[in-house]
Amino acid sequence: MGRGEVYERLKKIFLDVFDSETEIGDRTTAADVEGWDSLSHIRLILAVEKEFRVRFAASEVGMLKNVGELVGLITAKAGS
Amino acid sequence: MTWSLPELPWLPAAEEFRERCRAVDPASSGADSELRRLANHTLDINQLSQLARLLGRCEAAGNALKTLGTVRLALLGNGTLSLLAPAIRATGLRHGLRVEVLEAPFGAVAQEALDAQSTVSQWKPDLALLAIDHRALPLIESIDNPGQSENGVVDSLSLIQTLRTNLRENAGAASIVQTVPSVPAALFGSFDAALPGTLGRAIDGFNRELADSIGASGDLLFDVASLAATVGLDRWHDSANWNHGKLPFDPHLTPLYADHLCRLLAAYRGKSRKVLVLDLDNTLWGGVIGDDGLEGIALGNGSALGEAFLSVQQMALRLRQRGIVLAVSSKNDEARALEPFRSHPEMLLHENHIACFQANWEDKATNIRAIAEELSLGLDSFVFLDDNPAERALVRRFLPQVAVPELPADPSQYASTIWAAGYFEAIAYSSEDGKRADDYQANASRRKLEGAAGDLDGYLRSLKMKIHFAPFDDPGRARISQLINKSNQFNLTTRRYSEVDVSDMQRQAGIFTLQVRLADMFGDNGMICVIVCRAEGSIWEIDTWLMSCRVLKRRVEEAVLQEIVTQARQAGIKTVVGRYIPTERNGMVREHYKTLGFDLVEQSDGGESVWRLDVASTADKSLPMQVIREGFTPVILDSAAAE
Repeated sequence: MGRGEVYERLKKIFLDVFDSETEIGDRTTAADVEGWDSLSHIRLILAVEKEFRVRFAASEVGMLKNVGELVGLITAKAGS
Repeated sequence: MTWSLPELPWLPAAEEFRERCRAVDPASSGADSELRRLANHTLDINQLSQLARLLGRCEAAGNALKTLGTVRLALLGNGTLSLLAPAIRATGLRHGLRVEVLEAPFGAVAQEALDAQSTVSQWKPDLALLAIDHRALPLIESIDNPGQSENGVVDSLSLIQTLRTNLRENAGAASIVQTVPSVPAALFGSFDAALPGTLGRAIDGFNRELADSIGASGDLLFDVASLAATVGLDRWHDSANWNHGKLPFDPHLTPLYADHLCRLLAAYRGKSRKVLVLDLDNTLWGGVIGDDGLEGIALGNGSALGEAFLSVQQMALRLRQRGIVLAVSSKNDEARALEPFRSHPEMLLHENHIACFQANWEDKATNIRAIAEELSLGLDSFVFLDDNPAERALVRRFLPQVAVPELPADPSQYASTIWAAGYFEAIAYSSEDGKRADDYQANASRRKLEGAAGDLDGYLRSLKMKIHFAPFDDPGRARISQLINKSNQFNLTTRRYSEVDVSDMQRQAGIFTLQVRLADMFGDNGMICVIVCRAEGSIWEIDTWLMSCRVLKRRVEEAVLQEIVTQARQAGIKTVVGRYIPTERNGMVREHYKTLGFDLVEQSDGGESVWRLDVASTADKSLPMQVIREGFTPVILDSAAAE
């Protein structure tokens, strides 16, 4: 799965989770999206797990620095 | 689509959910029904959160959301509850409830419950959920000294009991207590179940005794252990999410957990379903009776398909035995539709199990409406089971109050779908409930008789009614509070009181109470009316007057008034005051006090009215029923009994 496709699907997830139309890119961080706190981060991960049919380890979830890393993780998991 | 319990497979899938949420005007008067409609889909945790935000916007816009009941729920637990709160708020809508949620600070269960000044205590919730699992209870494993493990069970139970007692005293709340799911970490293996002192046995012992402690406590049991076992303990326990975010179970299961919890809240508010309407062809048997004939339909042991439909009938019969009313709505000629009930040897359901049989060519919405009328039950107490998606869609569209489960392609899963949906959740059971299905059936016979009878009083006399009056007492309390919380139509003020309130009324001076039962030649109707009067000087104000619609048009209202007046006279009361508070549902009793001869005192713009009756100038009437009184002090001589 290419990063472009991941971004397309991720945009819908961000709409559902944050009610936010903010443009997302590799460098987007939690500080850039309104309402992205530790709680909605859990909901974001749940939605990603459901959409891409993947499971993340707690350590992986904790280490993510920006959206780019999340997308990298998804492509790595969903691609295999 | 595969059948997956965590995805609530009895609900239809949500399409364009985000757009539909955005299209709702939070201030509009139809917002409440749109909220309910949206909630009636399979929603994941993010969609539930979206719906909860929409609910919040409606509340912020001052929308009264009148058709929704309200429950104030405090959450206390040893894990992260923040994901749960919006899920519960949104799921509540599915069950006709606007749930107000207060989340206790993380890890502060005991402080919040024990301190009368705490946030929870001051907030005065109706219910407090104690979401506590094995991690926060002193349940210990001690195989060399099993006594220690047993002490741990006792300590755990007394901890929960302390919380329950304090929540009742400090917050005025009933508690919802959870059983504890087992932990799949057996020390030896299967032998754990046989060896005293293992953690598995401690948890089992705790769960059993916790369940035994519910009884008439007024608290509610949430059997999370059973839910977790049904889903699978391996799936339930999610150590990664516990370690990372202190989530007490796999967060993907939150929608299922919330639905189970909200069933309890709905049952607590008297909103459980009471009627199961069944389609026939390809629902109760395989094939089409009109086409395939008696020999051609699939039903009974010997074939997989036949056994699948047998299990649907077993499910229906089992529900009927606990008092769920069965009805039939089928597009068929009546004679053909009845044939299997009369002549198929494998049919478990017989004509006498069906309270109302509608086989015709009308649309099903019309038929279900007719069934509701015949049974005098609200559409929101109905469940409609039909294999045909078009019929399901039609009923969902025209009768949104009716619950219409999605069905999987395989009839083997019809019954498990109904069980999984939990439409008929109850928090108490009495033998009267069990007889309810019979009562409604007898009622249908009565109504037919009524059609034939020329003069109403003659018909009523032929029923040989016995009306029984008593003040509130311990044996009647569960049923009294059940009626107080579920009666909507014949209910003058729609004031809700918990079992604790009812128990207080038994003792309080200045309160006069009545529980009324009615029996007749067809059977015992059980408790059909509840009265609460509050005394002020020489006035009794009728705080609560509610009746079961089953006994309408039988002059029971007049008999009840006569009893109130008789008792008022004994107590030296001069005036009885009645009040009508209008709701969406109780238009049928707008003229109640006028019909009974009260005089109008005042009427507000909102439709609320106050009425008075002069005790001295109210004469006794001769009514077509025998009066029996019991339990009043001082004992009143039975002078008013007529006929």
